[in-house]
Amino acid sequence: MSQTNDTNAYWSANVRLILISLAIWALVSFGFGIILRPLLAGIAVGGTDLGFWFAQQGSILVFLALIFFYAWRMNKLDREHGVDEE
Amino acid sequence: MDQFTLNLLFVGASFALYIGIAIWARAGSTSEFYAAGRGVHPVTNGMATAADWMSAASFISMAGLIAFTGYDNSSFLMGWTGGYVLLALLLAPYLRKFGKFTVSEFIGDRFYSSTARMVAVICLLVASITYVIGQMQGVGIAFGRFLEIDAFWGLLIGSCVVFAYAVFGGMKGVTYTQVAQYCVLITAYTIPAVFISLQLTGNPIPALGLFGSTESGEPLLVKLNQIVTDLGFAEYTAAHGSTINMVLFTLSLMIGTAGLPHVIMRFFTVPRVSDARWSAGWTLVFIALLYLTAPAVGAMARLNISELMWPNGTSGEAVSVEQIETDPEYAWMATWQKTGLLGWEDKNGDGKIQYYNDQNADLQAKAAENGWEGNELTNFNRDILVLANPEIASLPGWVIGLVAAGGLAAALSTAAGLLLAISSAVSHDLLKGQLTPNMSEKSELLAARVSMAAAIVVAVLLGLNPPGFAAQTVALAFGLAAASIFPALMMGIFSTRINNVGAVAGMLAGLVVTLLYIFLHKGWFFIPDTNTFTDADPLLGPIKSTSFGAIGAAVNFAVAYVVSGMTKETPQEIKDLVESVRIPRGAGVAADGH
Repeated sequence: MSQTNDTNAYWSANVRLILISLAIWALVSFGFGIILRPLLAGIAVGGTDLGFWFAQQGSILVFLALIFFYAWRMNKLDREHGVDEE
Repeated sequence: MDQFTLNLLFVGASFALYIGIAIWARAGSTSEFYAAGRGVHPVTNGMATAADWMSAASFISMAGLIAFTGYDNSSFLMGWTGGYVLLALLLAPYLRKFGKFTVSEFIGDRFYSSTARMVAVICLLVASITYVIGQMQGVGIAFGRFLEIDAFWGLLIGSCVVFAYAVFGGMKGVTYTQVAQYCVLITAYTIPAVFISLQLTGNPIPALGLFGSTESGEPLLVKLNQIVTDLGFAEYTAAHGSTINMVLFTLSLMIGTAGLPHVIMRFFTVPRVSDARWSAGWTLVFIALLYLTAPAVGAMARLNISELMWPNGTSGEAVSVEQIETDPEYAWMATWQKTGLLGWEDKNGDGKIQYYNDQNADLQAKAAENGWEGNELTNFNRDILVLANPEIASLPGWVIGLVAAGGLAAALSTAAGLLLAISSAVSHDLLKGQLTPNMSEKSELLAARVSMAAAIVVAVLLGLNPPGFAAQTVALAFGLAAASIFPALMMGIFSTRINNVGAVAGMLAGLVVTLLYIFLHKGWFFIPDTNTFTDADPLLGPIKSTSFGAIGAAVNFAVAYVVSGMTKETPQEIKDLVESVRIPRGAGVAADGH
């Protein structure tokens, strides 16, 4: 029974991590890059504004950081919950 | 040595390399043919996946679409990279744990239904074939340019080369060849961009040069905005299209990325579940190298072209026909004219070629004043921009040869990966999985190769009248994958509630509405003039056919959920299967499903 409880805890921790990551994923691309761009118009970046930078480069850099963070965090979580590949 | 010989040399040498590797790593068994024995390191796998992924659309077409539209086409940049986040978080590790060869095998097993597997195969074929059409367009343009012939003949010759090439290797040959192709294509993309960035901004890193300043101290993007608005075009960095459409388009490309079989298949080939997570990250590292450079390539090329057409500034005289014909700086125009993808015409007979937006009221007034009779750079196919870029910037001949080789590498690697996905869908899932289970390994391999040939023929026939520029055609394929495959995979992992009937209904609904929406706007089977609507005035408000995939995906989720609620619950053993897919422990080597 404890096995199942631990698996459930592992899965909900994973789902929580996914939700947080996806919130950031959406914020930088759909948010800063598109919908919220007018709000960032005041912040100048190299001849244009921050929203343009997020749309063309910034979001890509955040995506990269997110994937590596998730992989690192999950591998740790696997070990903590004893579900890693031995 | 003339440019033609130089191109031939570079393209020939790179091909010799790929074919050499393909022969060295020839697939012997079916398991090697599909999944390379799962002995591929995450970094190697990432590089190969990046090559597989970055196709003619990314390499040849994307920067050109950004160049001529500016900010509004940022969707390509965010969409085609953001999908990897979905892939890494929502699919890759679980599909690796499941441990079968193909996407449709997972769907068939998880939804305990051979109908579900068949439907998945159909969705996969529709998306992949649309994708191959886009690749063949790119192949046609690249071959057309480097052989200096019409793009139509380029397409025919290119398709023969792709076929010969794909048929030799399986995944194993393809994996190592693709590593080589990645190296060729990233070098070919970066080197001219570095040169051009140095010329324009003095910064050797194009991604930084984009936000840098020109010699006069004026930021590059400010200068570009000035020139394009002087010529009556829309401001480069400003948003012009509908926000809703841009969000949906970006989302479609993201979801589609995570639903494309030839990319997902890659994550079956890593040794462990944790490697699948890392592998997605490495793939994006290698993709980002190109994607961070692409917007710089687009903006800088647009500036160079505008300045070439108006060598005396936008208030001075336009370039003369004589100069285009004699000045070596303009030699690229004559070369590209031969492909039928670039054209100019001195409409008012003043011996000059005025390039401006003749739809713009201010410019129409200026034109009337100066006796211009419309834009005289009559044809500039977006897809030629990247390949023509080194010539436009007057870079040395070897750079031009290198870019030709890189463009072909990009188109070939993806075409080969897609053909592999198509052939495994037909031979492994459809024939061996359903129709003739007792098929021998030998006839399975034969069937795989025959289906590759058939796929190429279909792609060439449909590619003769492509529904858009290469990246746009490819975007349609992503919409289809987004609407059909991704939701089924995601629900299969994250919900135990979705059952066999729900999944089948969802996939069919998503695929059918999306296909219908595309055909209504792009013509039935992309046959010209059979469309009822256009993307300039779409059926549903601002939503263009390229953006519909996200809606299709929503339909898929909704239908699957509702239908599952009305039908019999998922059996216990399937719930156990889902539980086991969710935890990495016990992931063995993946096995053939039969």
